[in-house]
Amino acid sequence: MSGKKHLIYNPEKECMSRDEMHAWQSAKLAETVRREYENVPMYRARMDAKGVKPEDIRTVEDLKYLPFMEKTDLRDYYPFDLLASPRSEIVRIHGSSGTTGKPIVSGYTRNDVDVWSEMMARTLTAAGCTKDDVVQVAYGFGLFTGGFGAYQGADKIGAMVVPMSSGNTQRQIMMMQDLGATMLCCTPSYATYLGETIREMGLAPGKDIKLKAGCFGAEPWSEAMRVRIEELLGIDACDIYGLTELGGPGVAFNCLEKDGMHINEDHVIAEIIDPATGEQLPYGEKGELVFTSITKTGMPMLRYRTHDICSLTDKPCACGRSTIRMSRITGRTDDMLIIRGVNVFPSQIETVLVKTQGVAPHYMLVVDRVNNSDTLEVQVEMTEEMFSDTVGQIENVRRYITEQIKSVVGISAKVTLNAPKSMPRSEGKAKRIIDNRKL
Amino acid sequence: MFIKQLSVFLENNPGTLRAMTELLGRGGVDMLALSIADTQSFGIVRTIINSSQIDDAMTLLRENGYIAKVNRVICAAVPDRPMGLSELLAVIEESKLSVEYMYSFLRAAKPGTAHMILRLDDGKKAEEVFEEHRIKMLSQEDVDKM
Repeated sequence: MSGKKHLIYNPEKECMSRDEMHAWQSAKLAETVRREYENVPMYRARMDAKGVKPEDIRTVEDLKYLPFMEKTDLRDYYPFDLLASPRSEIVRIHGSSGTTGKPIVSGYTRNDVDVWSEMMARTLTAAGCTKDDVVQVAYGFGLFTGGFGAYQGADKIGAMVVPMSSGNTQRQIMMMQDLGATMLCCTPSYATYLGETIREMGLAPGKDIKLKAGCFGAEPWSEAMRVRIEELLGIDACDIYGLTELGGPGVAFNCLEKDGMHINEDHVIAEIIDPATGEQLPYGEKGELVFTSITKTGMPMLRYRTHDICSLTDKPCACGRSTIRMSRITGRTDDMLIIRGVNVFPSQIETVLVKTQGVAPHYMLVVDRVNNSDTLEVQVEMTEEMFSDTVGQIENVRRYITEQIKSVVGISAKVTLNAPKSMPRSEGKAKRIIDNRKL
Repeated sequence: MFIKQLSVFLENNPGTLRAMTELLGRGGVDMLALSIADTQSFGIVRTIINSSQIDDAMTLLRENGYIAKVNRVICAAVPDRPMGLSELLAVIEESKLSVEYMYSFLRAAKPGTAHMILRLDDGKKAEEVFEEHRIKMLSQEDVDKM
Protein backbone atom coordinates (compact mmCIF):
# COMPACT_ATOMS: atom_id res chain seq x y z
CA MET A 1 0.00 0.00 0.00
CA SER A 2 1.31 3.39 -0.97
CA GLY A 3 -0.93 5.27 1.43
CA LYS A 4 -2.03 7.45 -1.49
CA LYS A 5 -5.46 9.04 -1.46
CA HIS A 6 -7.39 7.45 -4.31
CA LEU A 7 -10.14 9.30 -6.11
CA ILE A 8 -12.62 7.34 -8.22
CA TYR A 9 -14.81 9.10 -10.77
CA ASN A 10 -17.51 6.46 -11.15
CA PRO A 11 -17.34 3.96 -8.27
CA GLU A 12 -20.57 2.28 -9.39
CA LYS A 13 -18.92 1.17 -12.62
CA GLU A 14 -15.25 1.10 -11.66
CA CYS A 15 -15.76 -0.91 -8.47
CA MET A 16 -18.58 -3.25 -9.46
CA SER A 17 -18.24 -6.90 -8.49
CA ARG A 18 -16.72 -9.29 -11.00
CA ASP A 19 -20.09 -11.03 -11.35
CA GLU A 20 -21.84 -7.77 -12.09
CA MET A 21 -19.14 -6.87 -14.58
CA HIS A 22 -19.48 -10.22 -16.31
CA ALA A 23 -23.24 -9.77 -16.64
CA TRP A 24 -22.87 -6.19 -17.89
CA GLN A 25 -20.17 -7.09 -20.42
CA SER A 26 -22.13 -10.10 -21.70
CA ALA A 27 -25.28 -8.04 -22.27
CA LYS A 28 -23.41 -5.17 -23.95
CA LEU A 29 -21.36 -7.55 -26.08
CA ALA A 30 -24.48 -9.31 -27.40
CA GLU A 31 -26.03 -5.92 -28.19
CA THR A 32 -22.94 -4.69 -30.04
CA VAL A 33 -22.50 -7.89 -32.02
CA ARG A 34 -26.10 -7.67 -33.20
CA ARG A 35 -25.63 -4.02 -34.18
CA GLU A 36 -22.46 -4.85 -36.09
CA TYR A 37 -24.03 -7.87 -37.82
CA GLU A 38 -27.04 -5.86 -38.95
CA ASN A 39 -25.18 -2.75 -40.09
CA VAL A 40 -21.69 -3.69 -41.27
CA PRO A 41 -21.77 -5.97 -44.34
CA MET A 42 -18.07 -6.75 -44.07
CA TYR A 43 -18.36 -8.06 -40.51
CA ARG A 44 -21.60 -9.92 -41.26
CA ALA A 45 -19.81 -11.70 -44.11
CA ARG A 46 -16.93 -12.54 -41.80
CA MET A 47 -19.28 -13.96 -39.15
CA ASP A 48 -21.24 -15.90 -41.77
CA ALA A 49 -18.00 -17.36 -43.08
CA LYS A 50 -17.28 -18.68 -39.59
CA GLY A 51 -20.86 -19.86 -39.18
CA VAL A 52 -21.45 -17.54 -36.20
CA LYS A 53 -24.81 -15.83 -35.71
CA PRO A 54 -25.46 -12.91 -33.34
CA GLU A 55 -27.60 -15.18 -31.12
CA ASP A 56 -24.55 -17.43 -30.57
CA ILE A 57 -22.84 -14.64 -28.66
CA ARG A 58 -24.47 -14.55 -25.24
CA THR A 59 -21.63 -14.18 -22.75
CA VAL A 60 -18.08 -12.92 -22.59
CA GLU A 61 -16.91 -16.54 -23.01
CA ASP A 62 -18.47 -16.60 -26.49
CA LEU A 63 -16.11 -13.83 -27.61
CA LYS A 64 -13.64 -16.42 -28.88
CA TYR A 65 -16.04 -17.46 -31.66
CA LEU A 66 -15.98 -13.98 -33.21
CA PRO A 67 -13.67 -13.13 -36.10
CA PHE A 68 -10.87 -10.59 -35.54
CA MET A 69 -10.64 -7.09 -36.94
CA GLU A 70 -7.37 -5.57 -38.06
CA LYS A 71 -5.93 -2.16 -38.80
CA THR A 72 -5.93 -3.11 -42.49
CA ASP A 73 -9.75 -3.36 -42.29
CA LEU A 74 -9.87 0.36 -41.49
CA ARG A 75 -7.83 0.97 -44.62
CA ASP A 76 -9.80 -1.43 -46.83
CA TYR A 77 -13.16 -0.05 -45.68
CA TYR A 78 -11.99 3.56 -45.46
CA PRO A 79 -13.60 5.89 -44.60
CA PHE A 80 -17.20 4.94 -43.77
CA ASP A 81 -17.82 1.29 -44.62
CA LEU A 82 -17.40 0.12 -41.02
CA LEU A 83 -20.01 2.52 -39.64
CA ALA A 84 -22.64 0.72 -37.57
CA SER A 85 -24.83 3.82 -37.32
CA PRO A 86 -26.35 6.07 -40.01
CA ARG A 87 -23.89 8.66 -41.27
CA SER A 88 -26.14 11.46 -39.93
CA GLU A 89 -25.54 10.17 -36.40
CA ILE A 90 -21.79 10.70 -36.68
CA VAL A 91 -20.73 13.88 -34.90
CA ARG A 92 -16.92 13.57 -34.99
CA ILE A 93 -14.07 12.05 -36.94
CA HIS A 94 -10.64 11.29 -35.55
CA GLY A 95 -7.81 9.49 -37.23
CA SER A 96 -4.24 8.32 -37.16
CA SER A 97 -1.75 7.13 -39.71
CA GLY A 98 -2.47 3.84 -41.44
CA THR A 99 -0.03 1.26 -42.67
CA THR A 100 0.38 2.87 -46.08
CA GLY A 101 -0.31 6.30 -47.51
CA LYS A 102 -3.86 6.82 -46.29
CA PRO A 103 -4.76 7.62 -42.69
CA ILE A 104 -7.32 5.52 -40.88
CA VAL A 105 -10.37 7.25 -39.47
CA SER A 106 -12.98 6.45 -36.87
CA GLY A 107 -16.48 7.92 -36.71
CA TYR A 108 -18.01 8.87 -33.35
CA THR A 109 -21.68 9.21 -32.51
CA ARG A 110 -22.73 11.54 -29.68
CA ASN A 111 -22.81 8.43 -27.49
CA ASP A 112 -19.22 7.57 -28.44
CA VAL A 113 -17.95 11.05 -27.61
CA ASP A 114 -19.72 10.77 -24.24
CA VAL A 115 -18.25 7.31 -23.59
CA TRP A 116 -14.79 8.59 -24.42
CA SER A 117 -15.23 11.65 -22.18
CA GLU A 118 -16.30 9.36 -19.35
CA MET A 119 -13.22 7.17 -19.82
CA MET A 120 -10.94 10.22 -19.80
CA ALA A 121 -12.73 11.71 -16.77
CA ARG A 122 -11.98 8.46 -14.92
CA THR A 123 -8.39 8.57 -16.14
CA LEU A 124 -7.77 12.10 -14.92
CA THR A 125 -9.60 11.49 -11.63
CA ALA A 126 -7.42 8.44 -10.99
CA ALA A 127 -4.39 10.76 -11.29
CA GLY A 128 -5.96 13.05 -8.67
CA CYS A 129 -7.89 15.55 -10.78
CA THR A 130 -10.96 17.30 -9.36
CA LYS A 131 -13.00 20.32 -10.41
CA ASP A 132 -10.55 22.50 -8.48
CA ASP A 133 -7.69 21.60 -10.81
CA VAL A 134 -6.18 23.49 -13.74
CA VAL A 135 -5.47 21.00 -16.54
CA GLN A 136 -2.91 22.02 -19.11
CA VAL A 137 -3.39 19.99 -22.28
CA ALA A 138 -0.18 19.90 -24.30
CA TYR A 139 -1.27 17.10 -26.59
CA GLY A 140 -1.98 18.18 -30.15
CA PHE A 141 -5.55 19.07 -31.03
CA GLY A 142 -6.65 17.73 -34.38
CA LEU A 143 -7.37 14.41 -36.01
CA PHE A 144 -5.05 12.98 -33.34
CA THR A 145 -7.16 12.02 -30.32
CA GLY A 146 -4.80 13.21 -27.56
CA GLY A 147 -5.81 16.86 -27.26
CA PHE A 148 -9.58 16.40 -27.55
CA GLY A 149 -9.57 13.35 -25.27
CA ALA A 150 -7.84 15.15 -22.42
CA TYR A 151 -9.98 18.24 -22.92
CA GLN A 152 -13.25 16.28 -22.85
CA GLY A 153 -12.30 14.34 -19.71
CA ALA A 154 -11.22 17.44 -17.80
CA ASP A 155 -14.30 19.30 -19.02
CA LYS A 156 -16.56 16.52 -17.74
CA ILE A 157 -14.91 16.71 -14.33
CA GLY A 158 -15.46 20.46 -14.39
CA ALA A 159 -11.78 21.33 -14.08
CA MET A 160 -10.30 24.44 -15.68
CA VAL A 161 -8.95 23.34 -19.06
CA VAL A 162 -6.03 25.12 -20.70
CA PRO A 163 -5.97 23.76 -24.28
CA MET A 164 -2.40 24.71 -25.19
CA SER A 165 -1.90 22.00 -27.84
CA SER A 166 1.66 20.80 -28.44
CA GLY A 167 4.88 22.76 -28.85
CA ASN A 168 5.95 26.34 -28.01
CA THR A 169 7.67 25.35 -24.80
CA GLN A 170 8.39 28.86 -23.46
CA ARG A 171 4.73 29.77 -23.79
CA GLN A 172 3.66 26.49 -22.18
CA ILE A 173 5.82 27.23 -19.15
CA MET A 174 4.66 30.83 -18.93
CA MET A 175 0.99 29.78 -18.94
CA MET A 176 1.74 26.97 -16.50
CA GLN A 177 3.14 29.54 -14.07
CA ASP A 178 0.58 32.28 -14.66
CA LEU A 179 -2.48 30.03 -14.45
CA GLY A 180 -1.08 27.74 -11.79
CA ALA A 181 -1.63 24.55 -13.77
CA THR A 182 -1.88 21.53 -11.46
CA MET A 183 -2.26 18.75 -14.04
CA LEU A 184 -0.38 18.17 -17.27
CA CYS A 185 -1.42 16.02 -20.23
CA CYS A 186 1.13 15.38 -22.98
CA THR A 187 3.50 12.74 -24.33
CA PRO A 188 6.07 11.47 -21.80
CA SER A 189 8.95 12.72 -23.94
CA TYR A 190 7.46 16.21 -24.01
CA ALA A 191 6.90 16.07 -20.25
CA THR A 192 10.60 15.31 -19.84
CA TYR A 193 11.53 18.18 -22.12
CA LEU A 194 9.24 20.58 -20.25
CA GLY A 195 10.74 19.41 -16.95
CA GLU A 196 14.30 19.92 -18.13
CA THR A 197 13.51 23.35 -19.53
CA ILE A 198 11.79 24.36 -16.29
CA ARG A 199 14.91 23.30 -14.37
CA GLU A 200 17.21 25.16 -16.77
CA MET A 201 15.14 28.30 -16.29
CA GLY A 202 15.78 27.99 -12.56
CA LEU A 203 12.10 27.48 -11.73
CA ALA A 204 11.26 25.37 -8.69
CA PRO A 205 8.55 22.71 -8.93
CA GLY A 206 6.26 23.01 -5.92
CA LYS A 207 6.93 26.75 -5.72
CA ASP A 208 6.97 28.39 -9.18
CA ILE A 209 5.31 25.41 -10.83
CA LYS A 210 2.23 24.01 -9.13
CA LEU A 211 1.86 20.74 -11.03
CA LYS A 212 0.88 17.74 -8.91
CA ALA A 213 0.26 15.04 -11.52
CA GLY A 214 0.27 14.25 -15.20
CA CYS A 215 -1.33 11.78 -17.59
CA PHE A 216 1.17 10.76 -20.22
CA GLY A 217 0.71 8.49 -23.18
CA ALA A 218 0.62 8.10 -26.98
CA GLU A 219 4.14 6.68 -27.07
CA PRO A 220 6.07 3.93 -25.32
CA TRP A 221 7.95 4.82 -22.15
CA SER A 222 9.54 3.08 -19.22
CA GLU A 223 9.67 3.07 -15.43
CA ALA A 224 13.02 4.88 -15.63
CA MET A 225 11.37 7.66 -17.60
CA ARG A 226 8.57 7.83 -15.04
CA VAL A 227 11.07 8.32 -12.24
CA ARG A 228 12.84 11.04 -14.23
CA ILE A 229 9.60 12.94 -15.00
CA GLU A 230 8.44 12.67 -11.40
CA GLU A 231 11.78 14.06 -10.17
CA LEU A 232 11.97 16.86 -12.72
CA LEU A 233 8.42 18.10 -12.22
CA GLY A 234 7.77 16.93 -8.65
CA ILE A 235 4.60 15.14 -9.70
CA ASP A 236 2.89 11.76 -10.00
CA ALA A 237 3.35 10.61 -13.58
CA CYS A 238 0.54 8.32 -14.73
CA ASP A 239 0.53 6.17 -17.85
CA ILE A 240 -2.50 6.07 -20.11
CA TYR A 241 -3.34 3.76 -22.97
CA GLY A 242 -5.65 4.14 -25.88
CA LEU A 243 -5.98 4.07 -29.61
CA THR A 244 -8.12 5.92 -32.09
CA GLU A 245 -9.82 2.71 -33.22
CA LEU A 246 -11.23 2.29 -29.70
CA GLY A 247 -12.09 5.93 -29.15
CA GLY A 248 -8.75 7.36 -28.10
CA PRO A 249 -6.80 7.75 -24.87
CA GLY A 250 -8.47 6.53 -21.70
CA VAL A 251 -9.06 2.91 -22.66
CA ALA A 252 -6.81 2.07 -19.70
CA PHE A 253 -5.04 4.19 -17.11
CA ASN A 254 -2.78 4.16 -14.08
CA CYS A 255 -4.23 4.90 -10.69
CA LEU A 256 -1.78 6.43 -8.22
CA GLU A 257 -0.53 2.93 -7.32
CA LYS A 258 1.02 3.03 -10.83
CA ASP A 259 1.02 -0.75 -10.95
CA GLY A 260 -0.53 -1.56 -14.31
CA MET A 261 -3.32 0.26 -16.11
CA HIS A 262 -6.96 -0.23 -15.13
CA ILE A 263 -9.05 -1.12 -18.16
CA ASN A 264 -12.43 0.59 -18.52
CA GLU A 265 -14.02 -2.81 -18.71
CA ASP A 266 -17.62 -1.65 -18.80
CA HIS A 267 -16.76 -0.12 -22.21
CA VAL A 268 -14.17 -2.49 -23.65
CA ILE A 269 -13.37 -6.17 -23.20
CA ALA A 270 -9.69 -7.03 -23.22
CA GLU A 271 -8.20 -10.36 -24.27
CA ILE A 272 -4.63 -11.56 -24.61
CA ILE A 273 -4.05 -13.94 -27.49
CA ASP A 274 -1.19 -15.91 -28.90
CA PRO A 275 -0.42 -13.79 -31.98
CA ALA A 276 0.50 -16.88 -34.01
CA THR A 277 -2.57 -19.03 -33.32
CA GLY A 278 -5.16 -16.48 -32.23
CA GLU A 279 -5.91 -18.60 -29.13
CA GLN A 280 -6.80 -16.81 -25.89
CA LEU A 281 -4.14 -16.84 -23.17
CA PRO A 282 -4.79 -16.78 -19.40
CA TYR A 283 -4.19 -13.77 -17.15
CA GLY A 284 -0.51 -13.30 -16.39
CA GLU A 285 0.72 -14.54 -19.75
CA LYS A 286 2.25 -12.21 -22.27
CA GLY A 287 0.66 -11.98 -25.70
CA GLU A 288 -1.12 -9.70 -28.11
CA LEU A 289 -3.72 -7.35 -26.68
CA VAL A 290 -7.15 -7.57 -28.34
CA PHE A 291 -10.00 -5.19 -27.59
CA THR A 292 -13.73 -5.30 -28.21
CA SER A 293 -15.78 -2.12 -27.87
CA ILE A 294 -19.10 -2.90 -26.21
CA THR A 295 -20.63 0.54 -25.82
CA LYS A 296 -19.62 2.36 -29.02
CA THR A 297 -22.26 2.77 -31.69
CA GLY A 298 -20.45 4.67 -34.46
CA MET A 299 -17.68 2.32 -35.45
CA PRO A 300 -17.39 -0.36 -32.77
CA MET A 301 -14.39 -2.63 -33.22
CA LEU A 302 -14.87 -6.29 -32.39
CA ARG A 303 -11.84 -8.33 -31.36
CA TYR A 304 -9.55 -5.62 -32.67
CA ARG A 305 -5.95 -6.76 -32.77
CA THR A 306 -3.76 -3.98 -31.38
CA HIS A 307 -0.47 -5.78 -32.11
CA ASP A 308 0.71 -4.44 -28.75
CA ILE A 309 2.29 -7.04 -26.48
CA CYS A 310 1.46 -7.03 -22.76
CA SER A 311 -0.20 -9.12 -20.07
CA LEU A 312 -3.37 -8.75 -17.97
CA THR A 313 -3.96 -9.27 -14.26
CA ASP A 314 -7.13 -9.55 -12.21
CA LYS A 315 -5.31 -9.24 -8.88
CA PRO A 316 -7.05 -6.70 -6.63
CA CYS A 317 -5.57 -3.19 -6.60
CA ALA A 318 -5.09 -1.09 -3.49
CA CYS A 319 -7.04 1.77 -5.07
CA GLY A 320 -10.34 -0.08 -4.68
CA ARG A 321 -11.19 -0.47 -8.36
CA SER A 322 -12.27 -3.96 -9.33
CA THR A 323 -11.25 -3.69 -12.98
CA ILE A 324 -8.48 -5.81 -14.44
CA ARG A 325 -5.18 -4.15 -15.28
CA MET A 326 -2.83 -4.35 -18.25
CA SER A 327 0.94 -4.20 -17.94
CA ARG A 328 3.12 -1.74 -19.80
CA ILE A 329 3.39 -2.44 -23.50
CA THR A 330 6.62 -4.37 -23.91
CA GLY A 331 6.69 -4.66 -27.68
CA ARG A 332 4.84 -5.08 -30.95
CA THR A 333 3.93 -8.12 -33.00
CA ASP A 334 4.45 -6.06 -36.16
CA ASP A 335 7.06 -3.50 -37.15
CA MET A 336 5.10 -0.39 -36.18
CA LEU A 337 7.15 2.40 -34.63
CA ILE A 338 5.79 5.20 -32.52
CA ILE A 339 7.75 8.36 -33.24
CA ARG A 340 6.78 11.58 -31.49
CA GLY A 341 3.40 9.99 -30.78
CA VAL A 342 2.82 9.18 -34.45
CA ASN A 343 2.42 5.60 -35.64
CA VAL A 344 4.96 4.87 -38.35
CA PHE A 345 5.13 1.70 -40.42
CA PRO A 346 8.14 0.92 -42.61
CA SER A 347 5.60 0.04 -45.31
CA GLN A 348 4.54 3.69 -45.45
CA ILE A 349 8.11 4.76 -46.18
CA GLU A 350 8.38 2.01 -48.76
CA THR A 351 5.21 3.26 -50.45
CA VAL A 352 6.74 6.73 -50.71
CA LEU A 353 9.99 5.39 -52.16
CA VAL A 354 8.22 3.22 -54.70
CA LYS A 355 6.03 6.14 -55.69
CA THR A 356 8.90 8.60 -56.06
CA GLN A 357 11.46 6.23 -57.57
CA GLY A 358 9.39 3.65 -59.40
CA VAL A 359 11.41 0.96 -57.68
CA ALA A 360 11.83 -0.09 -54.08
CA PRO A 361 15.35 0.86 -53.10
CA HIS A 362 16.93 -0.61 -50.03
CA TYR A 363 16.33 1.60 -47.05
CA MET A 364 16.78 1.72 -43.31
CA LEU A 365 14.92 3.64 -40.64
CA VAL A 366 17.10 4.88 -37.81
CA VAL A 367 15.17 6.11 -34.81
CA ASP A 368 16.81 7.93 -31.94
CA ARG A 369 15.91 10.22 -29.10
CA VAL A 370 17.85 13.49 -29.00
CA ASN A 371 17.03 16.08 -26.32
CA ASN A 372 13.89 14.09 -25.45
CA SER A 373 12.57 14.33 -28.95
CA ASP A 374 12.38 11.35 -31.28
CA THR A 375 14.27 11.64 -34.53
CA LEU A 376 13.79 9.62 -37.67
CA GLU A 377 16.49 9.23 -40.27
CA VAL A 378 15.58 7.47 -43.49
CA GLN A 379 18.68 6.10 -45.17
CA VAL A 380 18.08 5.28 -48.80
CA GLU A 381 20.47 3.45 -51.06
CA MET A 382 21.24 5.37 -54.22
CA THR A 383 19.91 3.89 -57.44
CA GLU A 384 20.77 4.70 -61.06
CA GLU A 385 17.31 6.24 -61.43
CA MET A 386 18.01 8.73 -58.64
CA PHE A 387 21.58 9.46 -59.57
CA SER A 388 22.57 12.50 -61.60
CA ASP A 389 25.82 14.33 -62.36
CA THR A 390 24.49 17.47 -60.68
CA VAL A 391 24.13 17.97 -56.94
CA GLY A 392 20.99 20.05 -57.53
CA GLN A 393 19.08 17.20 -59.13
CA ILE A 394 20.07 14.71 -56.44
CA GLU A 395 19.13 17.24 -53.77
CA ASN A 396 15.76 17.66 -55.49
CA VAL A 397 15.14 13.93 -55.26
CA ARG A 398 16.13 13.97 -51.59
CA ARG A 399 13.91 16.96 -50.88
CA TYR A 400 11.00 15.36 -52.70
CA ILE A 401 11.31 12.15 -50.68
CA THR A 402 11.46 14.22 -47.48
CA GLU A 403 8.31 16.14 -48.42
CA GLN A 404 6.44 12.99 -49.39
CA ILE A 405 7.32 11.29 -46.11
CA LYS A 406 6.12 14.36 -44.25
CA SER A 407 2.84 14.35 -46.13
CA VAL A 408 2.20 10.59 -45.99
CA VAL A 409 3.51 9.74 -42.52
CA GLY A 410 3.00 13.11 -40.90
CA ILE A 411 6.44 13.56 -39.40
CA SER A 412 9.65 15.20 -40.53
CA ALA A 413 12.41 12.77 -41.34
CA LYS A 414 16.02 13.36 -42.27
CA VAL A 415 16.63 11.61 -45.58
CA THR A 416 20.16 10.57 -46.44
CA LEU A 417 21.37 8.97 -49.64
CA ASN A 418 23.80 6.14 -49.17
CA ALA A 419 26.10 4.07 -51.30
CA PRO A 420 24.61 1.06 -53.03
CA LYS A 421 24.90 -2.22 -51.10
CA SER A 422 25.67 -0.31 -47.90
CA MET A 423 22.60 -1.75 -46.15
CA PRO A 424 22.64 -5.25 -44.73
CA ARG A 425 20.90 -7.84 -46.90
CA SER A 426 19.14 -10.78 -45.35
CA GLU A 427 17.59 -13.92 -46.70
CA GLY A 428 14.35 -13.61 -44.79
CA LYS A 429 12.63 -10.46 -43.62
CA ALA A 430 14.84 -7.47 -44.32
CA LYS A 431 15.99 -5.55 -41.30
CA ARG A 432 14.55 -2.09 -41.84
CA ILE A 433 14.70 -0.55 -38.40
CA ILE A 434 17.42 0.50 -36.02
CA ASP A 435 15.86 1.90 -32.87
CA ASN A 436 18.52 3.55 -30.71
CA ARG A 437 16.09 5.09 -28.24
CA LYS A 438 16.90 4.40 -24.63
CA LEU A 439 13.55 4.64 -22.93
CA MET B 1 29.67 19.61 -79.82
CA PHE B 2 29.65 17.44 -76.74
CA ILE B 3 32.01 15.02 -75.10
CA LYS B 4 31.29 12.14 -72.74
CA GLN B 5 31.69 12.45 -69.00
CA LEU B 6 31.61 9.71 -66.41
CA SER B 7 29.94 10.49 -63.04
CA VAL B 8 30.16 8.30 -59.97
CA PHE B 9 28.20 8.47 -56.71
CA LEU B 10 30.25 8.28 -53.52
CA GLU B 11 29.30 8.43 -49.88
CA ASN B 12 31.07 11.24 -48.06
CA ASN B 13 33.25 8.94 -45.97
CA PRO B 14 37.00 8.57 -45.54
CA GLY B 15 38.55 6.26 -48.12
CA THR B 16 35.73 6.15 -50.64
CA LEU B 17 37.44 8.38 -53.21
CA ARG B 18 40.72 6.53 -52.84
CA ALA B 19 39.02 3.18 -53.34
CA MET B 20 37.19 4.35 -56.45
CA THR B 21 40.23 5.96 -58.10
CA GLU B 22 42.31 2.93 -57.21
CA LEU B 23 39.76 0.67 -58.89
CA LEU B 24 39.86 2.73 -62.07
CA GLY B 25 43.65 3.09 -61.86
CA ARG B 26 44.20 -0.65 -61.58
CA GLY B 27 41.88 -1.04 -64.55
CA GLY B 28 44.28 1.16 -66.54
CA VAL B 29 41.87 4.06 -66.82
CA ASP B 30 43.59 7.43 -67.32
CA MET B 31 41.72 10.47 -66.07
CA LEU B 32 42.09 13.59 -68.20
CA ALA B 33 39.96 15.83 -66.07
CA LEU B 34 38.40 15.44 -62.65
CA SER B 35 36.06 17.31 -60.35
CA ILE B 36 34.41 16.40 -57.08
CA ALA B 37 31.14 17.88 -55.93
CA ASP B 38 30.54 17.27 -52.27
CA THR B 39 27.66 17.78 -49.90
CA GLN B 40 27.53 16.85 -46.23
CA SER B 41 26.47 13.33 -46.96
CA PHE B 42 27.50 12.41 -50.47
CA GLY B 43 29.81 13.33 -53.30
CA ILE B 44 29.76 13.12 -57.09
CA VAL B 45 33.00 12.41 -58.90
CA ARG B 46 32.98 13.63 -62.48
CA THR B 47 35.73 12.65 -64.81
CA ILE B 48 36.69 12.75 -68.47
CA ILE B 49 38.45 9.66 -69.76
CA ASN B 50 39.34 8.40 -73.20
CA SER B 51 36.06 7.39 -74.87
CA SER B 52 37.47 3.99 -75.76
CA GLN B 53 37.72 3.23 -72.04
CA ILE B 54 34.24 4.34 -71.00
CA ASP B 55 32.44 1.03 -71.48
CA ASP B 56 35.11 -0.88 -69.59
CA ALA B 57 35.14 1.70 -66.80
CA MET B 58 31.35 1.52 -66.46
CA THR B 59 31.45 -2.28 -66.29
CA LEU B 60 34.23 -2.18 -63.73
CA LEU B 61 32.36 0.34 -61.57
CA ARG B 62 29.01 -1.49 -61.74
CA GLU B 63 30.60 -4.84 -60.98
CA ASN B 64 32.09 -3.29 -57.86
CA GLY B 65 28.78 -1.88 -56.67
CA TYR B 66 29.11 1.73 -57.75
CA ILE B 67 26.32 3.84 -59.20
CA ALA B 68 27.70 5.59 -62.29
CA LYS B 69 26.37 7.38 -65.33
CA VAL B 70 27.65 8.70 -68.64
CA ASN B 71 26.36 12.03 -69.81
CA ARG B 72 27.30 14.80 -72.23
CA VAL B 73 29.18 17.99 -71.39
CA ILE B 74 30.81 20.77 -73.40
CA CYS B 75 34.55 21.16 -73.50
CA ALA B 76 35.45 24.73 -74.38
CA ALA B 77 38.88 26.11 -75.21
CA VAL B 78 39.68 29.42 -73.57
CA PRO B 79 42.81 31.57 -73.84
CA ASP B 80 45.15 30.77 -70.95
CA ARG B 81 45.58 34.35 -69.74
CA PRO B 82 43.96 36.70 -67.20
CA MET B 83 40.35 37.42 -68.20
CA GLY B 84 40.21 34.34 -70.43
CA LEU B 85 37.61 32.60 -68.31
CA SER B 86 35.60 35.66 -67.38
CA GLU B 87 35.16 36.53 -71.07
CA LEU B 88 33.65 33.09 -71.62
CA LEU B 89 31.41 33.49 -68.60
CA ALA B 90 30.28 36.91 -69.83
CA VAL B 91 29.02 35.28 -73.04
CA ILE B 92 27.17 32.66 -71.00
CA GLU B 93 25.62 35.34 -68.80
CA GLU B 94 24.54 37.53 -71.71
CA SER B 95 22.86 34.53 -73.30
CA LYS B 96 20.92 33.93 -70.07
CA LEU B 97 22.45 30.51 -69.69
CA SER B 98 23.57 29.31 -66.31
CA VAL B 99 26.45 27.15 -65.26
CA GLU B 100 25.51 24.04 -63.31
CA TYR B 101 29.14 23.14 -62.85
CA MET B 102 32.49 23.70 -64.44
CA TYR B 103 36.00 22.36 -64.07
CA SER B 104 39.24 22.31 -65.99
CA PHE B 105 41.39 19.72 -67.68
CA LEU B 106 44.35 18.39 -65.78
CA ARG B 107 46.66 19.02 -68.70
CA ALA B 108 46.76 21.54 -71.51
CA ALA B 109 46.59 20.21 -75.08
CA LYS B 110 48.62 23.08 -76.39
CA PRO B 111 50.42 25.94 -74.66
CA GLY B 112 48.38 29.11 -74.20
CA THR B 113 45.02 27.33 -74.18
CA ALA B 114 43.05 26.06 -71.21
CA HIS B 115 40.20 23.60 -71.57
CA MET B 116 37.10 23.92 -69.47
CA ILE B 117 34.40 21.29 -68.99
CA LEU B 118 31.01 22.93 -68.72
CA ARG B 119 27.57 21.75 -67.88
CA LEU B 120 25.03 24.44 -68.64
CA ASP B 121 21.30 24.37 -67.96
CA ASP B 122 20.52 24.32 -71.70
CA GLY B 123 23.15 22.34 -73.58
CA LYS B 124 21.69 22.78 -77.04
CA LYS B 125 21.38 26.54 -76.71
CA ALA B 126 24.89 26.68 -75.27
CA GLU B 127 26.24 24.93 -78.33
CA GLU B 128 24.58 27.51 -80.60
CA VAL B 129 25.79 30.43 -78.51
CA PHE B 130 29.37 29.13 -78.44
CA GLU B 131 29.35 28.65 -82.20
CA GLU B 132 27.98 32.11 -82.73
CA HIS B 133 30.70 33.61 -80.51
CA ARG B 134 33.37 31.43 -82.13
CA ILE B 135 34.28 29.80 -78.85
CA LYS B 136 36.16 26.64 -79.73
CA MET B 137 34.57 23.42 -78.46
CA LEU B 138 36.55 20.23 -78.46
CA SER B 139 35.15 17.11 -80.07
CA GLN B 140 35.36 13.69 -78.50
CA GLU B 141 38.06 12.92 -81.05
CA ASP B 142 40.09 15.96 -79.90
CA VAL B 143 39.78 14.86 -76.30
CA ASP B 144 40.70 11.26 -77.03
CA LYS B 145 43.96 12.50 -78.55
CA MET B 146 44.90 14.44 -75.44
